[in-house]
Amino acid sequence: MEKVKFIPDTNKSVITIKNLKKSFGDLEVLRGVDLNLYQGENLVVLGRSGTGKSVLIKVISGLLKKDSGYVHVLGYDMEKIVPKELQYLRRKIGFSFQNSALYDSMTVRENLEFPLVRNRRNLTRKEINLAVEDVLEGVGLLQTINQMPSELSGGQRKRIGIARTLILRPEVMLYDEPTAGLDPITCIDINNLINEVQTTYNTSSIIITHDLTCAKATGDRIVMLLEGQFQRQGSFDEVFNTDDERVKTFYDYNFVK
Amino acid sequence: MFLQLYICELIYYIILASKNRTGTKKAVISRRLDTLFSNLNDVFQFLMRFFRETFLPPYEFKEVVRQCYEVGYKSLPLITMTGFITGLVFTKQSRPSLEEFGAASWLPNLIAIAVVRALAPLVTALICAGKVGSNMGAELGSMRVTEQIDAMEVSGTNPFKFLVVSRVLATTFMIPVLSMYAGFVGLMGSFINVNDEEQTSYTTFFQQAFDSIVFLDIFSSLTKAILFGFTIGIVGCYQGYNSSKGTEGVGKAANMAVVVSMFLIFIEETLIVQVVAVMR
Ligand SMILES: Nc1ncnc2c1ncn2[C@@H]1O[C@H](COP(=O)(O)OP(=O)(O)OP(=O)(O)O)[C@@H](O)[C@H]1O
Ligand SMILES: [Mg+2]
Repeated sequence: MEKVKFIPDTNKSVITIKNLKKSFGDLEVLRGVDLNLYQGENLVVLGRSGTGKSVLIKVISGLLKKDSGYVHVLGYDMEKIVPKELQYLRRKIGFSFQNSALYDSMTVRENLEFPLVRNRRNLTRKEINLAVEDVLEGVGLLQTINQMPSELSGGQRKRIGIARTLILRPEVMLYDEPTAGLDPITCIDINNLINEVQTTYNTSSIIITHDLTCAKATGDRIVMLLEGQFQRQGSFDEVFNTDDERVKTFYDYNFVK
Repeated sequence: MFLQLYICELIYYIILASKNRTGTKKAVISRRLDTLFSNLNDVFQFLMRFFRETFLPPYEFKEVVRQCYEVGYKSLPLITMTGFITGLVFTKQSRPSLEEFGAASWLPNLIAIAVVRALAPLVTALICAGKVGSNMGAELGSMRVTEQIDAMEVSGTNPFKFLVVSRVLATTFMIPVLSMYAGFVGLMGSFINVNDEEQTSYTTFFQQAFDSIVFLDIFSSLTKAILFGFTIGIVGCYQGYNSSKGTEGVGKAANMAVVVSMFLIFIEETLIVQVVAVMR
């Protein structure tokens, strides 16, 4: 089930990265990454485990500092950004973590309220409740509102994690392995959710995954991270129509198993 | 003296940082010393950040109150028991030596001084270092490991204010309160023993006890307790907030929170006793 492709306007780039390098000690993880995320598109980043996909979006959201290169997010240069601007910028970026990262001492409701009440200080109680219920309904989990994260399944946690970022109405979504560790049916639910978010909230998204079904279902454009650089990009077929051994093994592994 | 130490450390750290930036991975003196100094610098930055964030709005009042409840109210049973037993046992054990000099009637004075000056703050702090400090190390450590702290950060909120400032303020407020409470319970324990042995009345006991305590005793006792509370909070939060990845990191954070804060509490106790002795 390939999605209807969204053709992005290549003049409107929300994230621009040029020659980004990042290493940990002697380990060079990113070795010159170039990337553009265009307004409104879903960009899938494929790559094997440990190639630095999570590191990439952590640099984009300012959780990790780059070593060198050029990172522009929604018009802000991540090198020169001051804390006030960074806080403002982060409201516009939704980050869905690989392990959901729900606050496990709080209920689902409190999880969703947490970013909301701290970023919009003049909301009334009623408006907060409305916003929380609205966004929970969007991910189809209104019934879990008073549960603790420990009582939820992996797929539910993922969706609550996504809901928690949506409550701030972000312009950019960063999904870190949204379907990892979920069964195929739940994967399809999450894929549909990602596409819904794209159309209803008008977001531009980076979706990190090594699940090709997810890549096919959600991606307007696909890039592949190999040895610290983006080696191939284009539509799903363009990326995999190649003789490159490293790309082929990746494809075979996903579909033959 | 501390300032000089810090300046030395800062110089060393700058050398260290400049070396690292140019890519040479060789240690300045030795790798171990390097880590020690960069750790000291981290601690100093952490402290500075705490003071900065404490006074800058917005404030997390609700969370501070909740933490006060967690730290104070939930430690009450343990503090009651240890305080009471400390007072009781201390009285029982001191009696023979005092009786030898025929000074058993001085017991209330002795106990009051011992409990207020030394035992109450120290026992409270040690108990709380074990109970509260390890809890903070483990809780923040696992929040760090499961990326909950990162998640707070990327949603435009301030995890330091919400998690660290509230906890440190809570221990700084509540340990003195608990310490006073422990002192009172300790005296009660002592009274029960004295009353049992010498039939001293309630009023006589407390009259005698409070007669021997001067303002400086209470003042220094409270100062100590505030410092101990601050130490427990800062050490527990520092260990947890900066814990390394993995479950091992959480265990280590909880463990280090207790070990380091107990160690510091004893050092602070020794220093303050010296200072108070000069003031007396
Ligand atoms: N904070 C860190 N400190 C040291 N090394 C790190 C850190 N974060 C990541 N790394 C290293 O960077 C490399 C890439 O990690 P990353 O988490 O980005 O992988 P990934 O592509 O997301 O893999 P996965 O698909 O398993 O999530 C790993 O080898 C990891 O050891
Ligand atoms: Mg990852």
